Amino acid sequence: MIELSRIVKRFGSHAALDGVDLSIPAATTTALIGPSGCGKSTLLRVIIGLIEADEGEVTIEGRPLAAWNQRELRQRFGYAIQSGGLFPHLTARQNIELPARAHRCALKAGRIAELAELTHLDPLLLDRFPAELSGGQRQRVALARALVLDPDILLLDEPLGALDPMVRADLQRDLKSLFEELNKTVVLVTHDLAEAAYLAPTDIVLLREGRIAQRGAFAQLRAEPAEPFVTSFIEAQTERVAALVDAAP
Amino acid sequence: MIRWLLVIVLAASAAGQERVVVGSKSFTESAILGHMLVALAEDAGTDAELKSFPGSSVAFAALRVGEIVAYPEYTGTLKRELLAELGLETDDQLRDALAGIGLAISEPIGFNNTYAIGVTRSTADRFNLQTIGDLASHPDLRLAFSNEFMNRGDGWPGLRDTYDLPNPARGIEHALSYPALAQGQIDATDLYSTDAQIAAMGLAVLEDDRGYFPRYDAVVLYRLDLAETNPAVLASLLRLGGAIDEARMRSYNERAELGGPNDQGRVPPAVVAADAVNELFGLDAEAAPPTLASRVLLRTRQHLVLVGVSMGIAIAVALPLSVLAARSRAFAGPVLGITGILQTIPALALLVLLIGPLGIGAPTAIVALLLYSLLPIVRNTHAGLTGIPGDLVESADAIGLIGFDRLRRVELPLALPTILAGVKIAAVINVGTATLGGFISAGGYGQPIFTGITQNNFALILEGAVPAACLAVLVQVAFDGIERLVVARGLRL
Repeated sequence: MIELSRIVKRFGSHAALDGVDLSIPAATTTALIGPSGCGKSTLLRVIIGLIEADEGEVTIEGRPLAAWNQRELRQRFGYAIQSGGLFPHLTARQNIELPARAHRCALKAGRIAELAELTHLDPLLLDRFPAELSGGQRQRVALARALVLDPDILLLDEPLGALDPMVRADLQRDLKSLFEELNKTVVLVTHDLAEAAYLAPTDIVLLREGRIAQRGAFAQLRAEPAEPFVTSFIEAQTERVAALVDAAP
Repeated sequence: MIRWLLVIVLAASAAGQERVVVGSKSFTESAILGHMLVALAEDAGTDAELKSFPGSSVAFAALRVGEIVAYPEYTGTLKRELLAELGLETDDQLRDALAGIGLAISEPIGFNNTYAIGVTRSTADRFNLQTIGDLASHPDLRLAFSNEFMNRGDGWPGLRDTYDLPNPARGIEHALSYPALAQGQIDATDLYSTDAQIAAMGLAVLEDDRGYFPRYDAVVLYRLDLAETNPAVLASLLRLGGAIDEARMRSYNERAELGGPNDQGRVPPAVVAADAVNELFGLDAEAAPPTLASRVLLRTRQHLVLVGVSMGIAIAVALPLSVLAARSRAFAGPVLGITGILQTIPALALLVLLIGPLGIGAPTAIVALLLYSLLPIVRNTHAGLTGIPGDLVESADAIGLIGFDRLRRVELPLALPTILAGVKIAAVINVGTATLGGFISAGGYGQPIFTGITQNNFALILEGAVPAACLAVLVQVAFDGIERLVVARGLRL
């Protein structure tokens, strides 16, 4: 359970987040979407505490962010970003194990193999370095790393942003089944409405210039737009959405 | 404070070892006399070794701190240069002044190596030159003097005033003045009266009829406490008093610089000295100059100590400094600024500045080299740590890697190639700069280079320069190997 109230974050004179109130229930998938510069990535970083809000409060499971022990907090979050954020000097396996080492947790035997299976990563790739992996494979490793400590909350910042369409579609399907299987609280940042509608069909948060323009299911956004911006944002991407949503099982 | 610590360390190390260390300056005549002192000390039943110094003031300083027990010096140099502020006139005054600082001189060795003014025989004949004063009637004669002579109180300014010389004069490197005379580019220059070249070139020495130049009687300058610590050695060294007259010294110099009548080419000063003590004192000294291989080996060892110790300390100091600098912008400014300023001081100037507080020798060279090596290491480490891509920094943060853990697992491994490049640059520069250690008697490849320059011995210069260049290349290759070993394979893909 994540609660944000009146979050303001300024970079110089520009307000990246301008009074955001948001409540994210546990065990659901929420997509943060909007054009570039709308503040969606900043919002994600504020949630995990990578950047501090200038105003407002973040609470995780009812406790303000500041009241959390940093280590303990980090252990509850799994975090993956667009480029994967994999460390080039470590193999895939070492990258996945790193959070466990950082928190001095012993991994149970077979955990890495289990994660490889979960993320559809060929176990033969585990001993390769990131430079020896394709973009899709790297994202799977990043995902496995985010999941290694079995966190309650998964924060994904454009996890599929850098992939070509075929690989992307593949991974989208895998992510969807993963989210359903694991039943975690997932917050996903994406600029792609189709991806948001597919992975978080009931809870899409559309941001514009640091404010929430509208929140709801994809159908709701389309049927009852809160402002003209919502309509124009949806229309710009709708054709591709229809194709993907119809194809969903 | 540091100086006294060093004195104590030097004294302790001197007490610990049985061998007697005598000194000499690096020019030929002093080197020969120095080797003779070694042979005489060994004749008293101890091991002895010779330490070479680039000039009077450093040799004098080494004697005063006890790094050496004796070295050949000239009364004129003591009165006019080393103790000039005391205004000493007579040898008795000199002895009193020296006794006050725990030093003494032997009876004169027997020759006076004073300054003299020389012209070629043909110039002397053409202009009918016999005395220095005769130069005044030929103001168009071109005078060129060694740079030291141009500036010394007992050099050109006084000479000009004493003889009312209207001739213009300019400075020239002493070693170049002989060829310049021979080729007619200059007409007169300053000589040392025992120079081998005087006879070899048939130069005419102009008479100092107004007695301008003081006497530069060669003596053995020694520490008074030698009489207590090693009276037998002292007695043996003092045998040099009255043993060598001017003609004899000139012939020794000639053998060492040009080769004697029965020699094939020049003879090393050690050999000249051994023959001399055998002839003069009936000793059985073995003129066994160390072989080229053993000389190079010894200097390689000394050079590696200079480079290794200074680099080791530099890395140990620079790494934590740059980690702190990478963490705090407020700290980065001063650290990068100060190491940058250190780098802008010319290496030779830095060495000379350090002689003040630290004296001469290897420790001073090591401190200078260490200060010099800081910048490349600090700058590269700082650049490596601050240049880690933002998404990786963020990932480390999100994972919860903090403090030393983060440094060890992520930051240092990622910055390692850049850090190693900095260490490599520092080490390669260090190998070259360490040759300047020869200037302050720190040993290493610089020793033969500097001695070679003062003795006009090109082969000796190469003996230091070639291995120094090879070592620099080796260091470069070694670091490439180290890089392959320690940098994660993932960073080299």
